[in-house]
Amino acid sequence: MKLITAIIKPFKLEEVREALSALGVQGMTVTEVKGYGRQKGHTEIYRGAEYAVSFLPKLKIEVAVRGEVVEAAIDAINSRAKTGQIGDGKIFVTPLDQVVRIRTGETDADAL
Amino acid sequence: MRFSFRQKLSLGALGALLMTGSPALAGAPKIDSGDTAWMLTSSLLVLMMTIPGLALFYGGMVRKKNVLATLAQSFGATCVITVLWMAIGYSIAFTDGGAHNNIIGGFAYAFLAPMKLNTTSALAPTIPESVYMFFQMTFAIITPALIAGALADRMKFSAFLWFMSLWLLFVYCPIAHWVWGGGWLGQLGALDYAGGTVVHLNAGTAGLVTCLVLGKRIGFGHENMAPHNLVLSVIGASLLWVGWFGFNAGSALTAGVNAGMAAVATQIATAAASLGWMFTEWLIGKKPSILGMISGAVAGLVAITPASGFVNPMGALIIGLAAGVVCYFSAVWMKRLFGYDDALDAWGVHGVGGALGAMMTGMFASNAINSSAKGWLIDGNVHQMLIQFYDVGAVFVYCAVGTFIILRVIDFVVGLRVSRDVEIEGLDINLHGETVHD
Repeated sequence: MKLITAIIKPFKLEEVREALSALGVQGMTVTEVKGYGRQKGHTEIYRGAEYAVSFLPKLKIEVAVRGEVVEAAIDAINSRAKTGQIGDGKIFVTPLDQVVRIRTGETDADAL
Repeated sequence: MRFSFRQKLSLGALGALLMTGSPALAGAPKIDSGDTAWMLTSSLLVLMMTIPGLALFYGGMVRKKNVLATLAQSFGATCVITVLWMAIGYSIAFTDGGAHNNIIGGFAYAFLAPMKLNTTSALAPTIPESVYMFFQMTFAIITPALIAGALADRMKFSAFLWFMSLWLLFVYCPIAHWVWGGGWLGQLGALDYAGGTVVHLNAGTAGLVTCLVLGKRIGFGHENMAPHNLVLSVIGASLLWVGWFGFNAGSALTAGVNAGMAAVATQIATAAASLGWMFTEWLIGKKPSILGMISGAVAGLVAITPASGFVNPMGALIIGLAAGVVCYFSAVWMKRLFGYDDALDAWGVHGVGGALGAMMTGMFASNAINSSAKGWLIDGNVHQMLIQFYDVGAVFVYCAVGTFIILRVIDFVVGLRVSRDVEIEGLDINLHGETVHD
């Protein structure tokens, strides 16, 4: 089992969700975050006071998937979240030791 | 406010009636229900300018950690000043001071004791004195509240309430008396219809002195102090714009032609000023910001305040355009040039705008619009410019000195500024025990 964490541009959420759903990935957690990589921020000006804002709004998506589905999930996220412009984001894959469905007590593969 | 021909006529008529000894009419002035209705409405509009107009205008511009404290300043000022105005403020500002009436009013109206149901003030003979006192109260409320713009994010709440109280009594009331209450500036012929000097130059000057005494905010110049929610500021500015008709057109003290023309002048100047600021900002190479548009509008409202009942629409247009452009530079460039932290531009917009408006009142006042005034460009009375200059100068100097002394006294007794830790963590949680949760 793996935890896939993806930082994507906010307007890409719906497309990515649809693609993962088609693969059978039933759940995800989404957080609003700020971040930057190579994408430059912007400058805000208020009555002459200039503020360089480096952090840009992004979305962090976390999905827990079975080993067999990992590559397909990565492809799905990658293809849907890409725009070709700087700031598209990144995908991180980390190993998952255990998963538990709270309502039923099912574990690991049964919980995904 | 100036005595209109109609007001002088009313006073004369009253005198004639009293002298005939008619028992039914002796001592009963003619209260006009139209005037009274408008003046009641105006009072509410001006009150709304402070709560929540000014409160939201400033509240949106500060950082989120200080928004409740900023709102508390407007709200707290409203309450404290209401009581003090009733207790002694109205008396010393707007009643006869006898031998010292040139400088200050009398003390007989403490707690409004002589004010009965039917009493009228000689300064507004067609409305009940209760209404006139209330109308003036709303001006007394907003003037000190404006100063909060300069001291944002770093003053103790206790010190702030003391400051509002002492400043009202020792700075606002005397100046209001000088210009409007029968004192020396009004006698000199200074033209200030609704408070360009009494309210805006006054508050702006106090703001400048206060931000210099308080010092800059921690992190000024390098930390992000962007407005946390300009939506609040736009709502606040809009309430200010609408409320200002009570401020300017209400200063006619009657419901009629003077109020009508003052309202028209106000609308035209405000729109012109907003465009003036917006296009200046746009031309200089920045984008036309919503903050700029509302700031320009407020600058126009400030500048037309002293002129509103004296100028024709063309004069209002020119005053508005000038205010929008000039105040853009005074709010944006002056701060950078001299390096003072006038957080929300109390001096840049209200101080400079008020002084500019007062001088332009001298230029554009028209005898055809208001028979108690003769301006320079239309009526050929260049001497009025000197009188306006005296008004501006006297208010600036007295306010600056008075504000400085009051601040030093409060600093000595209570302490003006919050501690470094409090300022960094935020005023809301530290001064009021509250935060805004998302």
